[in-house]
Amino acid sequence: MSMLYHSQRAMRAKRQEAMRRGVIAILDIGSYKTSCLVLRFDSSDELRPTDGVGAMAGQSSFRVVGAATTRSRGVKFGEIDTVQETERAIRTAVQAAQKMADMRVDHVIVSFSGARPRSYGLVGEISLQTGTVTEADVARAMAACDVPDIGEGREVLHAQPVNFSLDHRTGLKDPRGHVGNRLTADMHMLTIEAHAIETLLHCVKRCDLELAGVASSPYVAGVSSLVEDEQELGAACVDMGGGSTGVSIFIKKHMIYADTVRMGGDHVTSDISQGLQIPLPDAERIKTRFGGLVATGMDDRERIELESDTGDWEHDRRSISRAELIGVMRPRVEEILEEVRAILEDAGFDHLPSQRIVLTGGASQVPGLDQLASRILGNQVRLGRPLRVQGLPQSTCGPAFSACVGLALFAAYPQDEWWDFEVPADKYPARSLRRAVKWFRDNW
Amino acid sequence: MRPLIIRRGSDIPRDPAPSRWAYRVQRLWLTPVFRSLLRVGLPAFVIVGALGFYVSDPANIRHLQDSVSDLRRSIEDRPEFRVNLMSVNGASPVLAEEIRSTLAMDFPVSSFDIDMPALRQRIEDIRAVERAEVRVRSGGELSINITERSPAMIWQAREGLWVIDAGGERVAPLMARPRLTYLPVISGDGANEAAAEAMALLAVAEPLGERLRGLVRMGERRWDVVLENGPRILLPADNPVPALERVLALDDAQELLERDVLRVDMRDGDRTVLQLSPQALAELRRMRDLDATMGERNG
Repeated sequence: MSMLYHSQRAMRAKRQEAMRRGVIAILDIGSYKTSCLVLRFDSSDELRPTDGVGAMAGQSSFRVVGAATTRSRGVKFGEIDTVQETERAIRTAVQAAQKMADMRVDHVIVSFSGARPRSYGLVGEISLQTGTVTEADVARAMAACDVPDIGEGREVLHAQPVNFSLDHRTGLKDPRGHVGNRLTADMHMLTIEAHAIETLLHCVKRCDLELAGVASSPYVAGVSSLVEDEQELGAACVDMGGGSTGVSIFIKKHMIYADTVRMGGDHVTSDISQGLQIPLPDAERIKTRFGGLVATGMDDRERIELESDTGDWEHDRRSISRAELIGVMRPRVEEILEEVRAILEDAGFDHLPSQRIVLTGGASQVPGLDQLASRILGNQVRLGRPLRVQGLPQSTCGPAFSACVGLALFAAYPQDEWWDFEVPADKYPARSLRRAVKWFRDNW
Repeated sequence: MRPLIIRRGSDIPRDPAPSRWAYRVQRLWLTPVFRSLLRVGLPAFVIVGALGFYVSDPANIRHLQDSVSDLRRSIEDRPEFRVNLMSVNGASPVLAEEIRSTLAMDFPVSSFDIDMPALRQRIEDIRAVERAEVRVRSGGELSINITERSPAMIWQAREGLWVIDAGGERVAPLMARPRLTYLPVISGDGANEAAAEAMALLAVAEPLGERLRGLVRMGERRWDVVLENGPRILLPADNPVPALERVLALDDAQELLERDVLRVDMRDGDRTVLQLSPQALAELRRMRDLDATMGERNG
């Protein structure tokens, strides 16, 4: 745990250095596409919040100067599967983005969706020595959280304080300065499989970049596609990607739960490919061009040619109706949404004051998804698009880029994490004290 | 599995990913320091190095100088800068001929090759020239404007007869200007240095007319006026002009110079001393004796 603490702190230091330098790259490694944005942070006060004008959710302080998207290679279920291939995809994206930005970036913040994230809610309670809560007290309260057994080979990705309680008052965002006796900190911890981070680190290092931060893509997709009210009152963001579908639940502007369904748009494509016996690229093309989820009478009459070049005339001259295509796609999407519903039920989404569900991600662009989703997930479903940020090209404004944009926002206004607070002195491992004593003994 | 041997021209699409080295080179190129170094530093270094290498060989420098001078030559030799003829204005034909022979210019010549100050100096070195203006006119004409010295006197010097101007500068030997013999003559060492005084004396001595033979500078300090048939007027070193005027007044009144006088000595300001010729002196004495005897006889 302390190793993680140090590595996270090192990443934070790199992020701050990148901020000083003013340039940072955002890399979203998905199963279908890898996209890279180059952000330039201006120190000018061009768009500072003034009277009556908000800070525009923090996206005003940076500008996207380079953007590039390439097809992902070697990524499965949101995890890096073939290192060399993924490295090539990263290089392609980074190089194109650098070329567009006409500047070199050294620091990169990465998001990915896979590696089986698991959420934990932790509670830490301390009694305050002095009446007033100080930052050290907050750190102590968080250090007092009893960490559950997260399992072998897992790492903490996010550990964010989401709520503070002081005596009988709860729902405090920032307890510092309050007077009380007992301080309770609620923390949300997200763990993922350690090998995913290690592979990612290896990939990034092979591309001569420095990892300045890692974020879970369901989380950052929620940051960008949920509007402020939804984040405040409670909402779930369903980020439907190529290889996995991420679910994140927000309330009071904090993520309180995240999980992924290891199914996505690629599975729909492979269903089409298998069901209609056509190659995968053709299946992808047919899905994006003719795909749908709700069949109407019109769809029976719309024929889709399945041209191929096998030499078998019968096979090469097939055609299907759009209703048939919908019939192939719909069960898989339904299955994904059922899984999402199961996750939301597990998370206790029903108990939130507002049960808004926002569908985003590349696979959410299937026509008719909102109708299907409202049938499965409930009434309050909408399709979400990421927030608009300065300088983002038109081609990267769609829902497929919500994780990207969210990551940019995350880079500009990072959430407080556990490791942003100083470790209380008494929690330092005893070993280092022993080493200090030994050093004294050896030298005097 | 992908085939291991990629056949050229096969429809296997090229890998769009940059190779690791291409990626690194591009990142290096995007580094501002490296970029400025390569864009400014390297060309500057190459230029300076090439120049240094070229200059380090003296043969190259010589070649460079030769080519520069060739270029210069070709510009100078253009017809626009060519000087074809010389005109001498304000000089008498004799002097003009002398100037032409002195300069001995070889036309045509480029105007860049004419050293104008030296040319002017050479012209002004000719004695008869008081001042010269030299310029190249358009149309390739070298124009020389001369102000001549005007001959005023003939100076009989030890080395010969010279025509000199009013300031005493030699204009030419008299042999070269035989037509100037009408000029008054002065002689003696240093006579030319006191030419201004001589001119004043000559102006005063105008009434003497044909009788005046000339002025002689005595001991480089005073003047003698030499008249026809030998009589001399010895003038003082200081204020010779009033002294001569007095002599001329005496001449006017008593026809002094008509008489048989060898010298009229005006050197002593208080008195005028006359030296008579021996015959005159004898005559004077005879007259005096006659007067005496007449007186004794009468007395």
